[in-house]
Amino acid sequence: MVDANTRQKLFGTPETNFLNCSKGWKSWAFTLDHKRIGIMYLIGVTVALFLAGIFALVLRSHLFTFDSTMLSDDMYNQMFTLHGAVMVFSFIIPSIPAALGNIVLPMMLGAKDVAFPRMNLASFYLWIIGTGCLLGAILSGKGLDTGWTFYTPYSIDTNTGVIYATFGAFILGFSSIFTGLNFLVTVNTMRAKDQGWFKLPLFVWSLYATAIIQVLATPVLGITLLMLIAEKTLHIGIFDPKYGGDPVLFQHFFWFYSHPAVYIMILPAMGVISELISVYSQKRIFGYSFIAFSSVAIALLGFLVWGHHMFTSGQSLVVTLIFSAITFTVAIPSAVKVFNWLATLYKGSILLNTPMCYALSFIFLFGIGGLTGLFLGALSTDIHLHDTYFVVAHFHFVMVGGTLTALLGGVFHWWPKIWGRMYNDFLGRVGCFLVFSGFNLTFFPQFVMGSRGMPRRYASYDPEFQAFHQLSTVGAFVLGIGILLSFVVLVYAAFRGPRCSSNPFRAASLEWQSSSPPDFHNFIQTPVLTDPYDFESQVYDEELDTYIPREFANPDKVAPRKEPVHH
Amino acid sequence: MNWQLPLMLAQTNDSTLEELRKRTEAISMQGTAVPDSSLVREGTSNPFATEYWFPTQASSFAGEIDFLYMAIFWISLIFFVAIVGSMVYFCVKYRRKDGVIAPEPSSSHNTAIEILWSVLPSIILVWIFYVGAETWFEMRIPKENSEEIQVTAKQFGWLFTYEDGDQTNELHLVRDKPVRLIMQSEDVLHSFFVAAFRQKMDIVPGRYTYAYLEPIKDGVYRLSCNEYCGTGHSKMKTACIVHVSEEDRKNNTKWIEAEKTPFENGQRIYQIHCSGCHKVDGKAATGPALNLIWGKNETMIDGTSELVDEAYVLDSIWYPEKHIVEGYGPVSKMNSFKGILDQKDVDYVIAYLKELKKSTGDAK
Amino acid sequence: MAVADSHDTHDDHHDLYDHGEFIAHHFDSAEQQFDSGKLGIWLFLVTEILFFSGLFVAYTLYRTNHPEVFEQAHVFLNKYLGGLNTIVLLFSSLTMALGVRSAQLGRNKNCSVYILITMVCATMFLGVKAVEYSHKWDMGILVRSSFDLTYTHPTPTTEIGKSLHISDYLVYLCIVPALLFAGFVVASAISKLINKNMLAKFLMAMAITVSGYFLGVCIGIIFMSATDAETGSSHASVIAEQPLMLLASTQDDHSDGDHDEADHDKADHDKAAGDPSHDGEHSDNEEHFGAHPADGGEASFDDHHPDPSTLDRDIGIFFSIYYCMTGLHAIHIIGGIIALGWLYWRSLLGHWRTDYFGPVDYVGLYWHLVDLIWIYLFPLLYLID
Repeated sequence: MVDANTRQKLFGTPETNFLNCSKGWKSWAFTLDHKRIGIMYLIGVTVALFLAGIFALVLRSHLFTFDSTMLSDDMYNQMFTLHGAVMVFSFIIPSIPAALGNIVLPMMLGAKDVAFPRMNLASFYLWIIGTGCLLGAILSGKGLDTGWTFYTPYSIDTNTGVIYATFGAFILGFSSIFTGLNFLVTVNTMRAKDQGWFKLPLFVWSLYATAIIQVLATPVLGITLLMLIAEKTLHIGIFDPKYGGDPVLFQHFFWFYSHPAVYIMILPAMGVISELISVYSQKRIFGYSFIAFSSVAIALLGFLVWGHHMFTSGQSLVVTLIFSAITFTVAIPSAVKVFNWLATLYKGSILLNTPMCYALSFIFLFGIGGLTGLFLGALSTDIHLHDTYFVVAHFHFVMVGGTLTALLGGVFHWWPKIWGRMYNDFLGRVGCFLVFSGFNLTFFPQFVMGSRGMPRRYASYDPEFQAFHQLSTVGAFVLGIGILLSFVVLVYAAFRGPRCSSNPFRAASLEWQSSSPPDFHNFIQTPVLTDPYDFESQVYDEELDTYIPREFANPDKVAPRKEPVHH
Repeated sequence: MNWQLPLMLAQTNDSTLEELRKRTEAISMQGTAVPDSSLVREGTSNPFATEYWFPTQASSFAGEIDFLYMAIFWISLIFFVAIVGSMVYFCVKYRRKDGVIAPEPSSSHNTAIEILWSVLPSIILVWIFYVGAETWFEMRIPKENSEEIQVTAKQFGWLFTYEDGDQTNELHLVRDKPVRLIMQSEDVLHSFFVAAFRQKMDIVPGRYTYAYLEPIKDGVYRLSCNEYCGTGHSKMKTACIVHVSEEDRKNNTKWIEAEKTPFENGQRIYQIHCSGCHKVDGKAATGPALNLIWGKNETMIDGTSELVDEAYVLDSIWYPEKHIVEGYGPVSKMNSFKGILDQKDVDYVIAYLKELKKSTGDAK
Repeated sequence: MAVADSHDTHDDHHDLYDHGEFIAHHFDSAEQQFDSGKLGIWLFLVTEILFFSGLFVAYTLYRTNHPEVFEQAHVFLNKYLGGLNTIVLLFSSLTMALGVRSAQLGRNKNCSVYILITMVCATMFLGVKAVEYSHKWDMGILVRSSFDLTYTHPTPTTEIGKSLHISDYLVYLCIVPALLFAGFVVASAISKLINKNMLAKFLMAMAITVSGYFLGVCIGIIFMSATDAETGSSHASVIAEQPLMLLASTQDDHSDGDHDEADHDKADHDKAAGDPSHDGEHSDNEEHFGAHPADGGEASFDDHHPDPSTLDRDIGIFFSIYYCMTGLHAIHIIGGIIALGWLYWRSLLGHWRTDYFGPVDYVGLYWHLVDLIWIYLFPLLYLID
């Protein structure tokens, strides 16, 4: 119990916050504040998303007719390569951990910053340099036409900008390692007093599991790309069959990183969804420990299944069999998460606002993405479906339907916290609907095409598939409009949206105990440790029009279980 | 532009095999044959039927693969409907009304149900894995008495060499005769894929890879490269023709040079060696189109102009670095054919080019 | 509620030095900061190990697939030089450990001396490595594509090379260290003149560090000629004898084992395609596989006399891996020297105290790891038998 002035200071709208405590471009460029670095990362990945999204729309426009001449074959190959490389290395991998995680993770621990703020800033600059190198392939005039996988020996033979791009991916790998290492240390050493592992929000668990992968898998990609650069410049003969090298070895090395990287992309998304489902159902998350451990299980199993990308590559029968078997085990922890989310919804008090709409879209889309994984995990069906549009649809359902949807949901959820301003919920939901329907229209027809044998990375195709491709193209533009609308809604909210209170959604994790926007040090005083899923611990304060922890509330002014008024 | 719905596309077609063959031949006169596989689809507009999702079952194991696919399809559908159904139901039933937060009291933990929904799907997964592996062994272990066909993949075309030494750039098989494809690549990764057979295998430079199958249905199917291999990847398609008898196949694969005109010999060389990169429909591909090239003044990357005559053609085939046409630089993407095509072969090609120029020129 | 007005000092970069305390603003205690740093460096070491693991896996695979190549290749490595370097690195680990101990006790002067010795050992290691590398380049022992034992570069052409009887490549490898040495000495003298004694001392220590490189070069040359005399095999005789021995042993391997290995099938195919135009020359200019298969493993048998260089190319895979591993390791040594230089500077400033010595501890751990990797590389590359 504290006096009204203190309450106002702690939870009211602050005069100084991390956004206005210092001014000028230098205060951003050299900031060590995890929130500002997170925002810069958010801007960065948004730029990467739009860039790679434009590549995607160009691709889809080209594929509108089966014998399109809009792009030359070379241009088409470069477009899909850059779409894939920029999306994977510059957008999805850093999106949720480095942008959202950076802002939220230390606050969820009640900490003032991540353990190594300089390394955090270095990570962001490495991201800029790495992305610059990737795009340098275009600027150099050579382009890049290897596919994002850089498979040898084509990547050795082609005279496009493979060296720029692989160097860029190498640098981006270190950016990712820095983020992961920082998060591991932060979670281990900087938790609030008495905040045990099982009092951590599930988003923290998922970021922790992600960080394990980032630290353990990325170095292998690093050395692989260095060897590829050495192969291309000096012809060392490790991957190049011309000199006795083994191109399949490259695939093993590449997927040893890149399969776990799939979980770098999806695990944080699952963490975001766990938060959203729980907060907007106002119900304790169902099966906390099962969700937490399933994140770790997915992270660890993710290291053992890389070979399922290579069922047709010519690896031995036994190895293939083992990889297929382990692949199926990954399905279980993923399914457990979905079931637990559903159980959380049961008897909840469900608010269907924008973030929750994204969370529900996630369950729908990730459901399809996950279940179609069964077709690809089973050996005989995978032989038929491998490298067809079925695979393209499958991983887009997981990465876009999963990660991008969760990213948007998470951004909407924490947006009021970051900026102290509320978004337009109606337009937000319209955006969500466009993203959801556009996405399904884009990628569902691709399952049919893939099953019927349409190979991926084809610049022209048989007339048989044209109608499906046209649906897909139309869907891609709807999806693009949806993302653009969400972007506009968010940017408008950040600068012109109505002011909002410190905890408008009655969330219980620690970041909501800061003011909105938070103070430079995150919390003006050490936050009271609350269970992140005990929503009863937050009571409504009429004076401040927000939820605050019971410890701070004036017992006379408490009006429990009422939605705060949005302006 | 074809705006009809995808469901409408999958129609049965009454074309006979003979008509298909003619059509394929007509296409292959122009270059690599790309059969319109929709013609041999036993299509249906019912998305719950196997035929909706798959091309014709033309190999011995295709049926088993389709069975597993449809089994997973139904299992997934049941799970998906259950998940999304309950999600929608909960969202409607328990939605927050009038802004009053009122979750009903309910448990947040139940170990029994957690174990139940971990173990039950596991059992289904084990079954899927087992069935998948069983068929897959069939796909990866050759049958006894298989005939052997050598497959050479290169950017961007195929060469098939049969046991009797015949060579074609389309794959000719005999119905009910198991085959063992011994595959090698001349340059980068490729992948052998015939959707109608449901069989696929990467072709890795520096080693042999193998694919086994037994065609059970005659017809013309699409054979495509399924591993990205560079500029002309999407053009690296050809026909796979399943014949009813050995004789029928022999008639289609045999080639006696002396009995053919220089034009025909040249056309065949073009189809085997050149058609991956050079088109004869006037469209630029990895290399310049060849149909109107004879006697033309080509502009080189250094701005000079060269007349396409006998010497030019010979140089271009043996020493591709010598003349690089503007727009195809800065270095030639073509390998030298010195040692592969001799002087006589080049003469055939020249005869072919002359004839092409004449016929397409006449058409205009 | 007094925290709110501390915003303007949020740049903790300055806090570090101004307050005389080395606790960054976001840590609650020195202990938390130390624990974070320690966990951080351990995780970093894990990434380093995984970084090298890619090369170790490549090594294992190629050794399993081509055991004969590895056995024949290692004779080109001078295990005495490798052993010398191992001892130098082990010694540097000892001095590093002593340096950490001094820092823990707050003895900055001792610490700086130990760090300086560690740095000198590190540059000595690089000096010996430079002798090894340049000697191999002289013999044409390069990575797979340019590996060619028939290429010899025995007589130096540069003035320095002639007068000292050392390889041209060694001269080139000494240019940068020589410039660095001169630069540090001059900068140190200038610092002394403008009365920046601390800086002068630091720069002089850096000059001493770089001079360790030349010490390494000298010891390396002496060691190499001594061990060659001892084993009785001069470089020339290695060149003369090896290829024949290899030829005899690998010819068999090619005739039985290779089709199963499926790695050299390519050459068969090329012969089938009727391409006789191999000449076993350098492959540097060969762009087109179809035209000139550079994998001349078997092509050479078409020629009149057996050309040893074609077999040597297989050994080139070993040396590709050798250069990748030792090169990457050398880059880590250079990185370590830079980090040690930073520690040296802070030791001069007297930063280490009994409750603040984290950086020395962390860099020490890194240094031990770099050492440890060499401990693995040495037997794997030099002592194969």
